[in-house]
Amino acid sequence: MGKDSRLILDPLADNNPITIQVLGICSALAITAELEASIVMSISVLFVLGIGNVVISLMRNIIPSKIRIIVQLIVVATLVIIVDLVLKAFAYELSKTLSVFVGLIITNCIIMGRFEAFALGNGPWRSFLDGIGNALGYGVILIIVGFFRELLGSGTLLGFPVLGDPIEKTGLYAIGYENNGFMLLSPMALIVVGIIIWIQRTRNKALIED
Amino acid sequence: MGLKQNLHNFRQKNKDKKWLPAFSAIHTFLFLPNETTHNGTHIKAADDLKRTMNTVIMAMVPCLIFGMFNAGYQHHLAFGEITQATGGFFSAEFWTLDNFSVGFWKVIPLVIVSYVVGLAIEILFAIKNSHEVEEGYLVTGMLVPLIIPIDTPLWMLAVAVAFGVVIGKEVFGGTGMNILNPALTIRAFLFFAYPTWMSGDKVWVHGAVEQDQLIAAGKNVDAISGETILGSLAQNKGANYDIMDMFFGLIPGSVGETSTLLILLGGLFLIFAKIGSWRIMLSSVIGALVMGLIFNGVVAQEWITESSKFYGLMSTTFWQHLLIGGFAFGTVFMATDPVTAAQTNKGKWIYGFLVGFISIMIRVFNPAYPEGVMLAILLMNVFAPTIDHYVVQGNVKKRMKRVKAKVA
Repeated sequence: MGKDSRLILDPLADNNPITIQVLGICSALAITAELEASIVMSISVLFVLGIGNVVISLMRNIIPSKIRIIVQLIVVATLVIIVDLVLKAFAYELSKTLSVFVGLIITNCIIMGRFEAFALGNGPWRSFLDGIGNALGYGVILIIVGFFRELLGSGTLLGFPVLGDPIEKTGLYAIGYENNGFMLLSPMALIVVGIIIWIQRTRNKALIED
Repeated sequence: MGLKQNLHNFRQKNKDKKWLPAFSAIHTFLFLPNETTHNGTHIKAADDLKRTMNTVIMAMVPCLIFGMFNAGYQHHLAFGEITQATGGFFSAEFWTLDNFSVGFWKVIPLVIVSYVVGLAIEILFAIKNSHEVEEGYLVTGMLVPLIIPIDTPLWMLAVAVAFGVVIGKEVFGGTGMNILNPALTIRAFLFFAYPTWMSGDKVWVHGAVEQDQLIAAGKNVDAISGETILGSLAQNKGANYDIMDMFFGLIPGSVGETSTLLILLGGLFLIFAKIGSWRIMLSSVIGALVMGLIFNGVVAQEWITESSKFYGLMSTTFWQHLLIGGFAFGTVFMATDPVTAAQTNKGKWIYGFLVGFISIMIRVFNPAYPEGVMLAILLMNVFAPTIDHYVVQGNVKKRMKRVKAKVA
C-alpha cells in the first residue's frame, strides 16, 4: 500500500506535473483568471486522465506498439468529447469561458505523457491511482493560481465579492484599494506559476537542477 | 578615536551577525571602509559602482527639482489660480515658492516610498542570501518617481516597486544580473495593473483625479483636464502646446520627464563623466528621426487622410517627436542602463537605433496608449544579448577569415 499511496502523493508535490515537469502550462495560463474555471478544468482533467489511464492499461497487451499513439489519441479524444458535451449540457456559460481549452485537453502533455510513461506498463489499479495523482497535482496548481488571480484581479472568489464592491466603494475599496488588472492577463499567470516553482525549490533544494 | 574608527570597530565586532550586510550598506555609503590595502602597486579607479550610481543621480537632480516646480505650476494653472507664465522657462512666474511647495509635498513622498520599499527588499534578500547589499537600487529608486504620474497612490507605488525589484531583479540574481530595466519593469507593472492611474487626461495634473471624483459624487466643481501633448495628438486634436514649452518642459506629463532641456544637460553630463553611452543616445535619436521621417513621408504621399486615427501623430514634424512624451528621458536615463543595454560598441548602435525606431512606431500605432518608449526599451532589453551574440560571432568570423587568408 505504501508504494501505491506514493502514486497519488508524489505528483502533488515533489514530482508535480506543472512545477517540476513543466507540462500542461498552456491551459494553466489560459483559464486560471477565474477560480471556477480552474476547478472545472481540474475536474475535467481528473476524469479524462483517471479513466484514460485505466482504459489504456487494460488494452496495453493488445495495442501494437507501432500505432499506440493513435490508439491513445482516440481514447483521450473520446473522453474529452464526453467532458465537452457534459459541460455544454449542464454548465453552458462555463463551457463558453473554457471555450477551446476543453478540446485542447487532448493535446495536454500530461495526459499523453502518463499514457506513455505509466499506463502502457502497469496494471489498471496502479494506472488509475497514477492518473488521479497527476491530475490532482495539475489541479492543485491550477486552483492556487486561479485563487490568487481571481482574488487580486477581480476582487472576487467563485464570483462572490469578498473584498467589497468596487463600484459602490465598500469594503477594501472604500480606503482606496483597486483591483490589479495585470492579474487578469496571461503573463501574470506565468509569473504566479514561476513564484510557486521558486518557493517549492527553495524549500526542497533536491529539486534544483543544474 | 573618531566616529569612523568606532563604526569600523562595531563592524568588526559583529562580523558574523546576520544583519551585517544591512549595516555595511549604510556604512560604506558614508565612509570608505578601513579594509583597503596600504602597500603595493594598484590601479586606482574612482568610479566604483557607488560613484557611478551617484553620478547618474546627480544628472537626474535638475529634472527632479524642475519636476516639483512644474507639478505645482500645472496644478495652479489647471485650477485657474495663476495665468500662463508669459516668459516661459525664464520667467519668475514659473519659479515661485508656491509652485515648488505643492510639487515638493507631492514628489517627496513618492521618492521616499520608492527608496524605502526598494531598499528594504534589497536588504532582505542580501541578508537571506548572506551577501553584501548591492547599490543597484540607488538609481532605480530615483528613476521611478520621475517616470510616474504625480498623483499615483503611494500603496500602488509600493506594490509595484516590490514586484519590480523581486521579479525584475532579485529572481535573476540581483544587481547586474537582471534582463529588464527594473525602473521600467516597475512602471510597466503599474501601467498594466492600474491603467486608469497611468493614462488618460486626468492623472498628469495634481488634483484632477480628485476633482473628477467630486464630480462623480455630485459636487458642483469644474472638471480639470490635463491632456498631454501625445494624448491630444492621438485624438487628432493637434499639439496643444508650442515648441518652446515642449523643449523647456512646461507641459503636463510624468514628474521628471517633461523638460527636454534639463534631460539634455543631464545626458551631456553623463557623456562627459563617461558613464552614459553616447552611442546609444545618438543612435536612438537617429532611429526616432528615421521613423518620424517615414511617417511624415506617408502623410506627404497622402496615403492616409485626416480622417485616419493615426493622422495626428503621423503628421507631427519628425524632430518634434524628440521633444514630446518620455522619449528624451527614456533615451538618456533608461536605454543607457549599462546592465540591460547591449555591451558591444556595434551592438550599442543597433540597440539604440531600434529603441528609437520602435518607440515612435509604438507611439503612433498603439491605440491604447500614446507612448512607446517604455515598451520599446523593455523589448530591446530582451534582445540586447542576442544583438551582442551576433556582433561577437560576426567579429569571430571576420578574424577567422583573416587567419585563413594568412595560412593560404
